[in-house]
Amino acid sequence: MLEVNNLSLSFTQYQRGLKQKNIQVISDLSLSIQEGEILAVVGSSGSGKSLLAHAILGILPKNASLSGRLYYGGQELTAKRQKELRGKEIAFIPQSVNFLDPLMQIGQQVRTSSQVGSEKGIAKGKGGEKEKDRDRDREKGRVKDRAKDKGREKQRKIFDRYELDYDVENYYPFQISGGMARRVLVASAVVGGPKLIIADEPTPGLHHEVVKEALGHLRELADEGTAIMLITHDIATALEVADRIAVFYAGTIVEIAWASEFTDHGDKLRHPYTKALWMALPQNGFLPILGRQPSPSEPPPGCLFQPRCSLSSKSSSTNNSSCSQEAPVMRELRSGKVRCHFAT
Amino acid sequence: MVALCFLAFFLVSHSPIDPVQAYVGADMMQVSPEQREKIAEHWGLDKPPWEQFLHWGKSVLQGDLGTSMIYRSPVSDVIKERFQASLALMGIAWLLSGFFGFIMGVTAAMHRGSWIDKLIKWYSLTLASTPTFWLGLLLLMLFSVWLGWFPIGLGVPAGVLAEEVTFYDRISHIILPALTLSIVGVANIALHTRQKLIDVLESDYVLYARAKGEYGFTLLWRHGIRNIALPAITIQFASFSELFAGSILAEQVFSYPGLGQATVQAGLRGDLPLLLGIVLFSALFVFTGNLIADIIYRIVDPRIKEVA
Repeated sequence: MLEVNNLSLSFTQYQRGLKQKNIQVISDLSLSIQEGEILAVVGSSGSGKSLLAHAILGILPKNASLSGRLYYGGQELTAKRQKELRGKEIAFIPQSVNFLDPLMQIGQQVRTSSQVGSEKGIAKGKGGEKEKDRDRDREKGRVKDRAKDKGREKQRKIFDRYELDYDVENYYPFQISGGMARRVLVASAVVGGPKLIIADEPTPGLHHEVVKEALGHLRELADEGTAIMLITHDIATALEVADRIAVFYAGTIVEIAWASEFTDHGDKLRHPYTKALWMALPQNGFLPILGRQPSPSEPPPGCLFQPRCSLSSKSSSTNNSSCSQEAPVMRELRSGKVRCHFAT
Repeated sequence: MVALCFLAFFLVSHSPIDPVQAYVGADMMQVSPEQREKIAEHWGLDKPPWEQFLHWGKSVLQGDLGTSMIYRSPVSDVIKERFQASLALMGIAWLLSGFFGFIMGVTAAMHRGSWIDKLIKWYSLTLASTPTFWLGLLLLMLFSVWLGWFPIGLGVPAGVLAEEVTFYDRISHIILPALTLSIVGVANIALHTRQKLIDVLESDYVLYARAKGEYGFTLLWRHGIRNIALPAITIQFASFSELFAGSILAEQVFSYPGLGQATVQAGLRGDLPLLLGIVLFSALFVFTGNLIADIIYRIVDPRIKEVA
């Protein structure tokens, strides 16, 4: 469905005067999502996961520079296709209610996506014919009305599905509760009939029940065949619902594992960071590891995880110092993927 | 309003200008002390301040605001007449600066970082720091003296009977002062609008709207304009006071017979009732501006409606 190959992302920033600085945020990241699957991208807060979502949608700010390739449905996902597809085939679920326009009624905002699509369709279908202006205008108005009705109908169906009252249509974002906002955001993603949904931290600071409900919606959509990329910092949440977990570390993905492999002492996991992450959970011993994530702008030589890695320090005592010299490439391992010289 | 009456009266009555002397002017030497006393008595200036205040307060309540010393007619009439002239001037300036300021601000923000943005920013910053009267003088020099397109001053041509003054005459006299005021006013509004729109365009909800497939002008219209409308309205109506202050200077430079000029005259010649009347009136004017803004808020912003 979606394939991301060797994606790198950096920003140019002006520092003091005209001196420019390149800030690397994502480096050499690869992943893929299948139809009907939830892939969770798990990483610590502020590590650039959201930007990965923005890159796929093509809504990065202007000073961003991107390299690598994106494929969607087997075809390359160019900027032009991104523009055509977003809001329709590729939908986005943002973090919070703040992403809704504070001065626009909910119903209208949910309808937006579907309307953008239909208006465009009308403009296309109308070309070429030379009718009398008045007739054409009337026709145009009627088609537009019909499109509007259709938009409303669609929106109401979605509202029914997510148990939102029709009254909510006329509410403004400041009038709805957190849980309701979640449903509204899911509803506005679904209204365009997407094949790929990118959900960016859809469950921050929510009550456990609400989180469960929101994740349930995602699972339901995936079971209907939608591909879902769930971006989160909460590995426990991710494990509840995702099929596969991609672990994000220092601007890249170090391992893609099956959710079912996160068991016991993490013996089935491939990368030492994933294992450490798993073991750091309260229920698994609450074991922290030393050090902190390097900035992708100033990576350590060799493997990104090498300074904190237990595997590397063990092996360097033997004859292999490749960890500090050579960055490992992503490789297949036991039906998952890993970026480590020593993983077995 | 009542507090304002007290304060204004206190300030004006302690002004060092002797109203009688200001009234008589250069003929001072020919006026005997007895005559001066008579003038003072006629205006009630010989009485203690509190009595003067009561007298004035009575006329305020009656609605004529007392009698102007320099124009020798009820203050309310003077203000009415002068305000009509000023209203046209300020109205034109207000509409022009609001309209162009908003458009310039939006244009600059949409093309942020481009040459047009830089041009508008440069223009606005320059003008924001330009004194009104200086700009008025420049315009006078350029259009009236060198090019001769517009008359140099006054509200109507000199030496023409009131009945013969044509609409065109009035228009040609109002253009330069109105232009001066609006050129200065544009800067402020353009800069505010630009900054606000940039904030909006960087907001989460615009990002989300883009993620939903909206773009270009539709996006701007749906999310941009409505969200910058509020601050724009605030500035526009709050600018009543600035406009009023600006009009005093502009009218002085162009000798335009508006309220601003009357203010200067009243101040310089110690015309206490007129000055007080104008103070009250302008306070009312600015208050009205803010009130209108508040009312429009309710219509535009659902959040405020909810609280009420």
